[in-house]
Amino acid sequence: MRDVAIVAFAQTDHLRRTDELSEVEMLMPVLHQVLDATGLRARDIGFTCSGSSDYLAGRAFSFTMALDGVGAHPPISESHVEMDGAWALYEAWVKIQTGEADTALVYSYGKSSPGEVRDVLTRQLDPYYVGPLWPDSVALAALQTQALIDAGDTDEAALAAIATRSRAAAADNPHARIAGPVPAGEYVVQPLRTGDCPPVGDGAAAVILAAGDSARALCPRPAWIRGIDHRIEAHSLGVRELTESPSTRLAAEHAGVFERPVDTAELHAPFTSQEVVLRKALGLDGSVTVNPSGGALAANPVMAAGLIRLGEAAARIHRGESDRALAHATSGPCLQQNLVAVLEGESAHA
Amino acid sequence: MPKEPVAVVGIGQTKHVSARRDVSIAGLVREAAVHALEDAGLTWTDIDAVVIGKAPDFFEGLMMPELYLADALGAVGKPMLRVHTAGSVGGSTALVAANLVSARVHRTVLTLAFEKQSESNAMWGLSLPIPFQQPLLAGAGGFFAPHVRAYMRRTGAPETVGSLVAYKDRRNALKNPYAHIHDPDITLEKVQSAPMLWDPIRYSETCPSSDGACAMILTDRAGADRSPHPPAWVHGGAMRSEPTLFAGKDFVSPQAGKDCAAEVYRQAGIGDPRREIDAVEMYVPFSWYEPMWLENLGFADEGEGWKLTESGVTELDGDLPVNPSGGVLSTNPIGASGMIRFAEAALQVRGQAGEHQVAGARKALGHAYGGGAQFFSMWLVGAEPPTR
Repeated sequence: MRDVAIVAFAQTDHLRRTDELSEVEMLMPVLHQVLDATGLRARDIGFTCSGSSDYLAGRAFSFTMALDGVGAHPPISESHVEMDGAWALYEAWVKIQTGEADTALVYSYGKSSPGEVRDVLTRQLDPYYVGPLWPDSVALAALQTQALIDAGDTDEAALAAIATRSRAAAADNPHARIAGPVPAGEYVVQPLRTGDCPPVGDGAAAVILAAGDSARALCPRPAWIRGIDHRIEAHSLGVRELTESPSTRLAAEHAGVFERPVDTAELHAPFTSQEVVLRKALGLDGSVTVNPSGGALAANPVMAAGLIRLGEAAARIHRGESDRALAHATSGPCLQQNLVAVLEGESAHA
Repeated sequence: MPKEPVAVVGIGQTKHVSARRDVSIAGLVREAAVHALEDAGLTWTDIDAVVIGKAPDFFEGLMMPELYLADALGAVGKPMLRVHTAGSVGGSTALVAANLVSARVHRTVLTLAFEKQSESNAMWGLSLPIPFQQPLLAGAGGFFAPHVRAYMRRTGAPETVGSLVAYKDRRNALKNPYAHIHDPDITLEKVQSAPMLWDPIRYSETCPSSDGACAMILTDRAGADRSPHPPAWVHGGAMRSEPTLFAGKDFVSPQAGKDCAAEVYRQAGIGDPRREIDAVEMYVPFSWYEPMWLENLGFADEGEGWKLTESGVTELDGDLPVNPSGGVLSTNPIGASGMIRFAEAALQVRGQAGEHQVAGARKALGHAYGGGAQFFSMWLVGAEPPTR
């Protein structure tokens, strides 16, 4: 395997609404930031890959317009996943592994504000048996939460503590949408209260990947991807044990998470209860700093929130605040699909 | 470290029709996947990862269908990626899968693309109103017709060339049991007397709306050694993109298409595509795109593509058969159409194309494009393993 690192990361300020901005306008500043941070121009990049969802944009082929923001002429080597940008990063990492590219630009974006994201996400469900009932994302997460409480894995007070810790951490994150002391709030769908749920909002993120010496030339302390893997589970909630996340566990094993302890974990857990599931699957104890950015509870731009976890973990390595970090992204109802990566600073390997 | 050679050892398609009311989306994709596994002599447990593609989610009204389809495609516990690059997606999906093998991330990958257009309405799916943006109310044909007219004006091609392509592709489709449109009574006169839809594109020169899926099993050198049938080897593959609209864009022969072909030929060591390539599966949704892409892909000099078509070079028994399967003009499950081109190219070099086999085909090109002629993906496959 080639050594590949995240060498630059940028994200927007995450806002409740961005009516005055198109997706391209929202995206362009972060594209320019990561390019400026490395001194690269779009034409220097070996491969470009993006992640987004037509359903959020409310129109087919929405990513074709976003591509204009890259300034894609002369033509570029480019691809797109209809998934969170974390999987676009994975595709770019594979491309660099083939040797056909040494650098990659990865970006993703999502505007939840034009629609009702709880309703929109129901369109991910089995279209014949479940989708027509419109069970929304909060209701499904509540089902998972109740299963955890019934199993004795958590309780409402512990969940409230997760929300409090996350949003307190977000006070240091200038991009966060919600930070500081936030009341637990009323029930949205019992047992989930407002504070247990992610804020709805719009945002975008971008990273640059580079291989070997290119990475060292572009970044003083590259965040090396020591392992990355993703796994999917069955779709139907009726055949899954909702208190476990075997796909996260498997992805973590393949990514090499358990070979040595990590000091930081950026977990993509939009609901407080999902952090409980992920901590168990990943064997994280109190020695690991979890979601120092505030996580998805502080800002959850759908389709970018997973890529932001990779970016936040990398940024901590860039700043020398972490030597070995875990980054996680999820997709689908109740943590159906999960990606795990291990990022390290150079010194961690010495 | 050199890349791992990639072999196509399994290919499966559904019978493409306007509406597969007998199966769900899951049933449709599983049918193609099972055919591909049978062809490869493999079972679900041999598959390390799944890469799935289709065109916009609004076509079925299902957001990120990989989530729902994980069970049907045996992906539970495995990595699963979903690619979406507009009309080129079937080709791009195969290339993402091929990269997983060539990078040695996985050894054997199932890749699949589908569209079940009967579940929804493609015109509706493409025409959702967006503030401050030009709606595509005329459909794809309305978008491409002016570019066809520009080609005719630029090259002096006679008005009849488009009908020759449609007549050829629909006759070729009669030899392909999976093709959607089977019209045994097709005549050139019927093609030429069909109603004009978007001048100069006649109804008979447009692609149908199909339900269908296409699957391939890609594997490494060791996997190819175990294959019960001759594999097709990937000699080159590339994707190139450019924006839909910008000053100076050449809609007749986009730069991204030229660059993509040049990169594939470079990887495959092709110096003279016209002489060295034996069969082409080209993305031709409107008949005039055959002569246009013949030039864009380097098979003919600028302005000369229509002469190859007119002289019969691209016929099934011609010197450079184009779309022996009947092509997109005969079968168009949009998200799968690109992968069908890639798979049909592989069938040709495996010698397994049945009645539409090009005799002695050793190298074949699969080509796809999408969006406003802005996304391109291509691969070149050969009967022998690559030597470079």
